[in-house]
Amino acid sequence: MPRTATPAAFTSTTRDGVGASPRRPDGTLKVTGEFAYSSDMWAADMLWGMTLRSPHPHARILGIDVTEAVRLPGVYAVLTHEDVPGEKRYGLEYQDQPVLAFGKVRYKGEPVAIVAADHPETARRALDRIRVDYEVLAPVSDPRRAAFDPDCPLVHEAGSLPVHEHYRQSGNRVRYQPIRTGAFADGTPVAELRARAAAVVTGEYEVGMQDQAFLGPESGMAVPAEDGGVDLYIATQWLHVDQRQIAPCLGLPQDKVRLTLAGVGGAFGAREDLSMQIHACLLALRTGRPVKVVYNREESFYGHVHRHPATMRFEHGAAADGTLLYATLEIILDGGAYASATPAVVGVASSLGLGPYEIPHTRVDAYGVYTTNPPCGAMRGFGAVQACFGYESQMDRLAAELGLHPVELRVRNAMAQGSRLITGQVIDAPLPMADMLRRARALPLPPARADLPDPADLRTLPGGVANTSHGEGVVRGVGYGVGLKNLCYSEGFDDYSTARVRLEVVGGEPVALVHTAAAEVGQGLITVKGQIARTELGVERVVVHPADTRVGSSGSSSASRQSYMTGGAVKTACEAVRARVFDLVRERGLVPADRPDADLSLVGGKVVSAADGVVAGLAEALGPDAVEETREFHHRPTEALDPTTGQGASHTQFGMCVHRAVVDVDVELGLVKVVALDAVQDVGRVLHPQQLLGQIQGGATQGLGLALMEEVQVRDGEIRNPSFTDYLIPTILDTPPMRIEVLEHPDPHAPYGLRGAGEPPTLSSTPAVVAAVRDATGRALARVPVRPEDILGL
Amino acid sequence: MDFLSPSTWEEALAAKSEHPDAVPIMGGTDVMVELNFDRRRPPALLDLTRVPELTAWGPDGPHLRLGAGVCYTDVIAHLGDRAPALAQASRSVASPQIRNRGTVGGNLGGASPAGDAHPPLLATGAEVELASVRGVRRVPIREFYVGFRQTARRPDELIAAVLLPAPRGPQAFSKIGPRNAMVISVASFALALDGDARTVGTGIGSAGPTPLRAPDAERFLAERFDWDGGTPPAPADVHKFGELVAEAARPIDDVRGSAAYRRRSLAVMARRALAWTATDYREGTARCA
Repeated sequence: MPRTATPAAFTSTTRDGVGASPRRPDGTLKVTGEFAYSSDMWAADMLWGMTLRSPHPHARILGIDVTEAVRLPGVYAVLTHEDVPGEKRYGLEYQDQPVLAFGKVRYKGEPVAIVAADHPETARRALDRIRVDYEVLAPVSDPRRAAFDPDCPLVHEAGSLPVHEHYRQSGNRVRYQPIRTGAFADGTPVAELRARAAAVVTGEYEVGMQDQAFLGPESGMAVPAEDGGVDLYIATQWLHVDQRQIAPCLGLPQDKVRLTLAGVGGAFGAREDLSMQIHACLLALRTGRPVKVVYNREESFYGHVHRHPATMRFEHGAAADGTLLYATLEIILDGGAYASATPAVVGVASSLGLGPYEIPHTRVDAYGVYTTNPPCGAMRGFGAVQACFGYESQMDRLAAELGLHPVELRVRNAMAQGSRLITGQVIDAPLPMADMLRRARALPLPPARADLPDPADLRTLPGGVANTSHGEGVVRGVGYGVGLKNLCYSEGFDDYSTARVRLEVVGGEPVALVHTAAAEVGQGLITVKGQIARTELGVERVVVHPADTRVGSSGSSSASRQSYMTGGAVKTACEAVRARVFDLVRERGLVPADRPDADLSLVGGKVVSAADGVVAGLAEALGPDAVEETREFHHRPTEALDPTTGQGASHTQFGMCVHRAVVDVDVELGLVKVVALDAVQDVGRVLHPQQLLGQIQGGATQGLGLALMEEVQVRDGEIRNPSFTDYLIPTILDTPPMRIEVLEHPDPHAPYGLRGAGEPPTLSSTPAVVAAVRDATGRALARVPVRPEDILGL
Repeated sequence: MDFLSPSTWEEALAAKSEHPDAVPIMGGTDVMVELNFDRRRPPALLDLTRVPELTAWGPDGPHLRLGAGVCYTDVIAHLGDRAPALAQASRSVASPQIRNRGTVGGNLGGASPAGDAHPPLLATGAEVELASVRGVRRVPIREFYVGFRQTARRPDELIAAVLLPAPRGPQAFSKIGPRNAMVISVASFALALDGDARTVGTGIGSAGPTPLRAPDAERFLAERFDWDGGTPPAPADVHKFGELVAEAARPIDDVRGSAAYRRRSLAVMARRALAWTATDYREGTARCA
């Protein structure tokens, strides 16, 4: 069972406020199977939308003939790129992705045509009748060639892409970001630094393509409106960025495209990009009927972006005592056919590419490239995951080279508050990295196999109940990992959040209404918003309004940012409401007119004066009036990275997790059982202890999956395992008990001192698990996921 | 697509005779996946879930008769003593929900080389009972698999039951998957020792176009094994047995694993299975003495 030591939890005076673990409102419905996900929506007269996708990774479209599809009874619309009334392309950062393909297809699975029919089977048959004439082109599959070979064919025609002044695009490069510090900034060759080092370690590492593997496939319903607009009910991560991309393609003003969040079955970055949104709207507007689109599991693998595969070359040099002297990194991130979030991923992979270590001389070259592989974009950890596997592997090798314990080497080079990142940014909040590492090392180890109640219990052995070992060949290993993740958006992006809070008396009882556009994707923000309103307004009853675009943007449920940003917006709006209530109390003469806000507070549904005690119940203070305030919350501004030196305070906040993995490896069969995956994480301030543990456990498990099994296998642009039969994610038998030690060193810049918590464990668990497998096997293991073949050296 | 739903065995056989293209469906754990992924469009489905005798099991002469519709959960719960290798294989099938629906008959019908039931049936020398309006016949399991997903079943026949000989010695089953539960086999192996006949049975899964036996390994071990005392086989013999099993496989590289890994893991599974069954045999002999 998970255990936690949570020091000095923040206590709210209101029941179920900040620091408590109230039950989440959607929890019971989800556990009992009654929760309405976006795929469960139904309208009496709805049509089904389906998508024809490219069978080729790279091909020219010579012609599309929809005649036979249109003739099929029950088919109401068959649309191609010619039917897109507005902008033909959209995108998160670059507007480079066609709504429906024209000219070329650039990945297998790219949408080419869409159909609306009165039955899904009819729609499927209509797709079969669409004739697309392709001239097949050679795929551009090798990201290294895409990055460096001037003769490599271009995925996007020259001049067809928007130009971003900072990103150094050229050829198939979406972004190139170098960083130079110390002697490297002066152009000193690496050989000079190498000569000064007592130990030099070079390594090449590779990270396979991971899928977010959310359980609820892409789905939504578009309903045409009488004003010529459209209402879209959709599972997404950011309603307003969807709206901003959809409306121009439909040729409609923003206010004619209204979005409401439908039940989201997980996200992890895969819902940052559009999937079926514009298609459903186009079909609804064309047919005048509600149109529902639901991807099946295979289609879902083509319908969303994945984690960028990465190849990395590192060199680290250190003094005999382990002090790092210099480090270099070249990282190539395969962005696939369309840019998606690739530029921002390159920004993270470069700035955090060498990890949380003090290194005086550094050189980083980070490339994000176009290929005709499946598009890659946001996934939990966002460029930091790939780099972390590389630099942590390097730390272990350096420690071995110098005869140091891996924790000791890391402690000797650990960053702390006041340290500078390789971008020159000063870490100006607590970062107790050395302490966290020591704590992780000191956590009690799980019992040895011989000390288990039943050492032959198959469920405790590699291979599980498939009965491959009764203990034969099983060797234990221990490994560590630590990662640094930026939290909130970076590089000058103002990802503000908006909250509307209304306080009124209903049936004699004060009730707070909280309205934001923030997406509840399973992380529990819905619970946290209620907790904050209870704490700030001193009321127990809080109603959380459904998320929609009738209120301002809340930014994305990404980058571990919603507790910080939407939490901050709700807190700020509550403070404004509270100030208005204090005004009302003074206006009504319940306290003297000169009584300052500082004397007043809202506690237990009452207005309380520090001087006089209870002044009035909220019912009396508010009367028939509702007090409503809407506020935007902004984090402090960040800077772009210099395109030549990579310098700039690009990040808002930093999160860190340290993992210690203990594994049992069957060294004859290459099978792994993770025995323990224990963590130390500093979260600044715990808002909801139970949900926090869920985030850390979930993030660690996703990292374990990347370490041992999760890979979208791509060959020549083709996904070979687009199903949960062959894309494996950890089951509960693969997921060990997790001892989690939570530290609370508040961040003075953040609401309640909190620190985003969802991503850091996803970084650190992967290298920790792989280090433990290396410890057990002696194998170098330079690629994740580690396959049984790798463990056996086949 | 037609949906045929007989409520008796006779009706089912008549329906299959009339619609030889109809695909029988029991638990649906294989057929429905094919349909949902649009890989298969049979003209008709033949629903067998309402035929009561298919889900029954019991003695049939010297055999255990297992209706084709008995689910894995029932095999695990009730047949661990009478069909130990098959029960062990059933434990490794998918998830509890799938084990509640998936059936041994369905595994035979689909005849995927990755089916978990095949190696134990091969190792123990089971028979498959096939029925049609023309009559009933029993096919030895070793003649049942004729090609990739091809079986000796004729188009108008349905799989009625599997007949398992009573165990006459220890059995073992192992399966490789890159995660610790709910995984399709990358390679699997079953071993059955027959102390009365002094013969060895083997079954190999996921390492060839069909489920396979390792006849050379069977002969080798039958000669070398100490059938009287069950003394632990010599390390060289254990090794040789593993190599012979690996050599019997005809694996390919695919998305789930490499041919080289499949061979290697078969050798390891075979060596371990031999050690476990030899120990069980020795202890069984000691108890009888």
